[in-house]
This record gives sequence, structure tokens and C-alpha cells, in this order.
Amino acid sequence: MTDMASTALLSIRGLSKSFGALKATDDVTLDLRPGEIHALIGPNGAGKSTLIGQVAGWIRPDAGRIELMGRDVTRLPVHRRARMGLGRSFQVSSLALPISARRNVMLAVQARLGSSFRFLRPVRTDRRLRDEADAALARVGLSGRADAQAAELSHGERRQLEVACALALKPSILLLDEPMAGLGPEGSAELTRFLADLKREAAILLVEHDMDAVFALADRVTVLVQGRVLMTGTGAEVRADPAVREAYLGEDG
Amino acid sequence: MTYALVVEQALNGLQLGVTLFLMAAGLTLVFGVMGLINLAHGSLYMVGAFVCAWVAGATGSFWIGLLAGMAAAAAAGALIEIGVMRRLYARDHLDQVLATFALILVFAEGTRMIFGAQPLWLDMPAALSGSVTLPGGAPYPVYRLAIIGTGIAVAVGLYLLISRTRLGMRIRAGESDREMIGALGIDIRTLYTVVFALGAALAGLAGALVGALESVQIGMGEPVLILAFVVIVIGGIGSVKGALIGSVLVGVVDTMGRIGLPELFKLAMPASAATQFGASVASMAIYLLMAAILVVKPRGLFPVHG
Amino acid sequence: MAEAAARIGRPSREAVANAVLALALLAAPLIALQAGEPYYVNLSTRVAILAMAGVGLNLALGYGGMVSFGHAAFFGLGGYVAGIAAHHAFNYDLFMAWPVELEGTNQLLAIWPVALLVSGLAALLIGAFSLRTAGVQFIMITLAFAQMIYYFAISFPDYGGEDGLPIYTRNALPGLNTFDPLTFFLVAYGALMLAIGFTWVIMGARFGAALQAARMNETRLATTGIAPYPVKLTAFVLSGMITGLAGALFADLNGFVDPSMLSWHRSGEIMIFVILGGVGRLFGPVAGAALFVLMELFIGQWTEHWMLVLGLVLLTVVLFASGGLMGLLAGKPRHD
Repeated sequence: MTDMASTALLSIRGLSKSFGALKATDDVTLDLRPGEIHALIGPNGAGKSTLIGQVAGWIRPDAGRIELMGRDVTRLPVHRRARMGLGRSFQVSSLALPISARRNVMLAVQARLGSSFRFLRPVRTDRRLRDEADAALARVGLSGRADAQAAELSHGERRQLEVACALALKPSILLLDEPMAGLGPEGSAELTRFLADLKREAAILLVEHDMDAVFALADRVTVLVQGRVLMTGTGAEVRADPAVREAYLGEDG
Repeated sequence: MTYALVVEQALNGLQLGVTLFLMAAGLTLVFGVMGLINLAHGSLYMVGAFVCAWVAGATGSFWIGLLAGMAAAAAAGALIEIGVMRRLYARDHLDQVLATFALILVFAEGTRMIFGAQPLWLDMPAALSGSVTLPGGAPYPVYRLAIIGTGIAVAVGLYLLISRTRLGMRIRAGESDREMIGALGIDIRTLYTVVFALGAALAGLAGALVGALESVQIGMGEPVLILAFVVIVIGGIGSVKGALIGSVLVGVVDTMGRIGLPELFKLAMPASAATQFGASVASMAIYLLMAAILVVKPRGLFPVHG
Repeated sequence: MAEAAARIGRPSREAVANAVLALALLAAPLIALQAGEPYYVNLSTRVAILAMAGVGLNLALGYGGMVSFGHAAFFGLGGYVAGIAAHHAFNYDLFMAWPVELEGTNQLLAIWPVALLVSGLAALLIGAFSLRTAGVQFIMITLAFAQMIYYFAISFPDYGGEDGLPIYTRNALPGLNTFDPLTFFLVAYGALMLAIGFTWVIMGARFGAALQAARMNETRLATTGIAPYPVKLTAFVLSGMITGLAGALFADLNGFVDPSMLSWHRSGEIMIFVILGGVGRLFGPVAGAALFVLMELFIGQWTEHWMLVLGLVLLTVVLFASGGLMGLLAGKPRHD
């Protein structure tokens, strides 16, 4: 058997981060392999968002190492990681609100296609930016809302738009932070089908509170409690584990 | 450069630093608690100086003038807080800058209309007009020492106020969490007015004290305001401790730079050129200090928020 | 379909307002000459030049969200380039003797590129430090650096110190008589229109998309893989250059340059043009500068305390009428 890290798209090794006395991330090690959905679950305050923040590059870890496709990115800034193919959606969506949905996605296409230091050619008539953006919007089912201001979109639509922006990067890895929140049962089911399909394109690290979606989608699940990895395993293994039931699942009965 | 000169200039630097602290403390408190940048803080300094000079002239007592100057600055502060600033807390910094810049224009022209365009003169109190002999033999004005003493007293007083009193507790709560303070049932509006008036009174105190050293004129607050900005950028915006350390640093570096740099350049160039060039570079010294600190600590020496 | 066709066929309200402003500014000096009031020609030139300083600031502030309170630094540096070049040309002496011999010049085609270069370099240095911070710190630091240059100009005696430098004869362009007020107006007007056109082109291009996204949501920009810092710094430099060129023109219009061009009141004024006109609107600074100069003229005739009126007007606009004159004329800005 080869070393896991060499085949993983994303590999996290011994990651730690403290805020004062609080250990938000405590010696976390996990891998994201090609073609898998790896769910990250845990009670509120378990450090899921801090971990995602470190992987995306917003928070600098105190110790440990993050590799994207075999390359150490622990000290790289956010935009460099994004350019390497790390797409992300936020727990509270973060979009350029005054411009249209299409323009939001076009920005991501523009980033992928290369330099933003182009001063002459108008974006408005740039077919390539526009077509790729429209394709990404179509994939998440937002074609009809392409011209709407991001500010006019509903919470669910904003989440879809964030996913479209991430897709426009043609990512190999997606970090999705609670994409189901606020979607309602029908929307959740739709997104679940979409993600199940999407994982062939990009491995997904999924933070989600909707346990039905987690167990339906995830190839592997890592349980985080108080910043530490309690266990990693398949959905069935995690559900069967008494420690997990006690620490976390037990809450829901 | 003699030992006596160095001691004298160090004290002058300290006196400038203390004056800056009186300004910077108010600015940084107002930013820390209300998140407001107030360009008109220099106008409150000017109000303190003008009212002090006018009342002292009318009554013959510097001390009555000083109290009146502080009271007038505090009242002007409370007035603009209630009339203008309240509408700005939720606005972006651009609106705050513009509105408070507009207030500067209003204060400057208003003062010109009331007191005329001529500078006023303020005599220092007789009891403090003498001088003492410094180690090294040079005489030093008692009044400047009194300013230094006042500044230290205010710093200690502010420390006690913030760490020991109910008002201080509310200020600290306001700095850390604006919503929590509302949940605690504290009357935010009154708290904001009080904090603003307190900062204004300190600015008025600084203006009145300095008014006896320099002439009392329109626009006198602006150079001090900009130095106070440099101070709180260096100290960390929102930090009273940073304001204190930044003030002394800026005061001393500015004063020592003005005598030290020409001397330093004399080692490498003719004396007259060194004096000119040294003076020009010295005028930039504190800004270069600020740039250097920003490279190492972009959020200042004692960052507060986040 | 009909609605879309109508939208394409009919120019937006903003486009109409822009065209009216551009034509009005062009017509003002012509009408003034017809009416035998040549004074108003120079006043129109003043509007054009101040508007251009505002166009520069608008690029950083309006489009990029960088609230610079130090643009007088670039305005003044541009002015000093024109002043110093003319000073040495007038005295027939050298600006520097080493490492290369440089003499003064009164040729605007040489002065302008240097003004652009100097103000651009200053903006690069100031921006590189200031953009390490954001928000209130950015405002204070840009203010402080501009003040540093102001104090340097006051304390440095070779170029007049506090008194400034006269430009005895207006700097020259080949084939044109720059002494003629209308000719000089047209030069300034042309420069203004170029600056506006330049802003329009780059804001419509990828660079503009990235810059405006940096203003709206820097997190989003970085998440899509574009580093905000170099985009903002580039915009800041371009912004400083435009304001610097306006400063060079301003020095020539007035026939002198002094440290007041570098003062923080000047920074505040340039900001007022942008705000009165409408933040982030292409022709906002034109509307703002025109309003400012007209108020200065008419209220100044009526009372010596016109700054008090300006303060109250500004306060009213900020508190109750955000959007400025362009907001009034053309409604809310449209994004597609």
C-alpha cells in the first residue's frame, strides 16, 4: 500500500491552531482522495469552520502542514490556493452583492483564464467569460437569474451562486461549508443529487449539519470534537461507533 | 551638543508627547467605543484654547479660563455628538471623514466670526511662569513641566477610570461588543455622549494648555490632529495604552530629530547644508517611523480589534 | 423583447447626463468669450483641472473603495514638477549635475511625462505601505504621508519653502499658444476627457471588474483566485498619476506652485469634488468640481464666510443626500 498522502488531493497533517486558551484545531490529520466526498461533522464549536479557514488560507495554523496535490501550501495566500483549483463556498455567503449573478461568476472565470491586468478589452462583450459563466450558472440551475443582482437573490440562490463561482474555477477540490443550510427539503434533495454527480469532477470536503445528506453522500466521515479528530470512517462505521454516539450523534437521539 | 541641551530637548519631546496623548486618547477612545473617525477633534482643541484665552482675558484668571475651555470643548463635543455623530456611527468611514471634515470648516469659520481673524494671546499663570534649573545647568520653564505633570495625571486617571469604574466597565464592554452592551441594559446613547464629551474635554484641555505657549489661532488644532493620527496608527487604533506609548515616541522622536539630525549630517557635509537638509529630513522623521512600524506591525504596536 | 430593444436603443439617463455635463463645460468658455467675460474662461479651465484631480481620486475611492485622504500629495508633486522645471529653465541652470546633467524645461511634452512619473512613483510608495492596512488606518496613513511631503516642501528652502515657486511664463506646447486662455482651456479639457475616457475603458475591462469586486467584497475576490493587493495598488498608482497630471496643469494655470497644493485641505477638497458629484460615477467629479467652483464664486461674493456655507452644504449632502449630484441627475448607478 502506498503512502496515503501521495495519492490524496488534499492532505492535512498534524494541524493545530489556538485562539488564546482555546484549542480550535488540535493535531488534526485527514486526507481527501480523488473522487470522494469527505464529510466533516461535529457539534457546534468543534472547530469545523476554523479547519476550513485554514485549508482555504484565511487562518494561519500554529503548527502542522497542508498539501494540495502534493504541494505544501501551508504558507500560501488564499488566492494562490484558489488558482491551484481549490473552490469554496461559505457558511454565510460572501458575494459581490451590487453586481449580477453572471458578473460574480465571470470574475471567477477571469481568474482562471489568467491575468486580471488587462486594461482595454471590455468584459461586457467578452464571449468567453460570458459563456463559461453562463454554463456554470446553468449547472447549478441559476440560468434564469443570471441578470439578477446578487443582492436580490434568496439565501438558497446565493448558496447556489457560490457553488457556480467555485465551479467556474474548474476546481479539483471543493470546500463546501454547510451548503444545505436554509435550502428546505426539496432544495436539499436536489443539491444532494448534484453533489453526488459532482464528486467525479472534484473531490469535496463537506461540512454539513444535515445528517441525512451526510450519510447519503459521504464516502468517508471525519468526526471532530473540541478540535480533535474523534474518528474517521465510512458512514456506517461512524454511526455504529459508541464514542461518536456519545459525543455527538446522541444529542439528536 | 551638550548634555544640558539633550535633557532640555528630551523634556520638550515629552511635553509634546503628553499634549499629543491628550488628543490621541480622545480619538482612540471614540474609535474604540463607537467605531468613529473624528477629524473635528482638532476643532475641539481649538475651542478649548479660544474659550480659555477669552475667559482668562475677561476674568484675569488662567485657571477659570482653563476650566471654561474644558467645559466649552466638552459641551461642543456633546453637541456635535447629539447633532451629527449619532447619525454617522452606522455609516462607512468615508461618510464619517466627510461629515467631520465639514465640521472643521464650520468650526473654523464659526470661530472666525465670533473671535475675529486675529490670534488671541493667553498668558500662563503667574505661579507657573518661573523656571527651574535642570541637571546640566540649563533653566527650564516650570509651565512645561506642569504640562508634563498634567499629562501623566490624565494618563493615570484614564487608567483608573477604565479599569476601576462602572463607566470604564461600560467603555470596555462597548469596545468588545456593541450588541452585548445593549443587552446589558446600558443606555448606549448616553454612554456615547459621555465618552465623546470626555474626549472633547481632554482635547480642550490640551488646546488651553498649549495656548499659553503658542498663539491661539484658527487652524491651530490641525497639525496636532494629524500628529495624533500618526500616534494612534503607531499605537494601534482603539488602544489607550498604545496612544500613550505612541505619543511619547512621536514627541521624543520629533523633537530629538530636529536637533539631532542636523548634527548627524554635519559629520558628512558642510554645516549650512547639513542644517537645512537635516531640518527637512527631521520634518519627515515621525512619518518614516510610522512607515517602519507599519512594515513590522501593520495594525500598530497594540492592536485592539480582531 | 421590446423592453430590451428599448434599453439598447435609448441611452441611459447617466449617459445623457454625462453628455450634457461634457458639452456644458465645453460651451461655458465659448459663451463667456462671446459675452465679453474672459474671466470665466479661466474659471472653466479651473473646473476642468480640479475635475481631473477628482477623476484621479475617483478611480481609487469611487471604484476601488480606497478612501485616500492624501491625494493632495500627488496633486502637489505634479505641480512642483511643472514649477521646478520652469524655475530651472527660467534661470538657465541645472536641476542636477550628477549622475546625469538635467536642465530645466518649459516644454509641457517633457514636463507632463515627468509629472506622471513622479506622482506615480509617490503613489507606488505611499500605496505600498498604506494598502497593508484598511479602513480608518488607511485614511489616516494616506493623510500622514501627504502631510510628510507637505512639511518637506515647507522646510526645504531650494524651491521657495513656504512661499513656493513662481512660473513666470506659462510652459509651452509646440504649435500652440498656451498663453491664450481658450487654448489652455482646450488643453485642460482635452486632458480631462482623456482621463475620463481612460477610466471608462479600464473600468470596463478585466482590471476594472477585479478592482470593483475588491471594493464590494475583497473576500470574494481572493476566493475566486485574484489577489486584491496588486489590483488595488495598480489602481492607486494610476489614480495618483491622473491627479498628478492635474496638479501640473493647475500650476501652469495659476502661474505658481506652493505648499498649499500639498495641504490636507486640498486633499479634503478633491474628496469633496468626488462626493458632491457622486462617488464612483464617471462624470461625478466634473459635476462636483463645477458645483464647488460655482459655489465658491457666488457664495464668496455674498459672504466672506463661504467656507461655513460649504461646510454646512457638505454636511447636509453626507447626512441626507448620499449619491451626490449624479445621483440626483441620473438616479442610482446601474450594474449589469
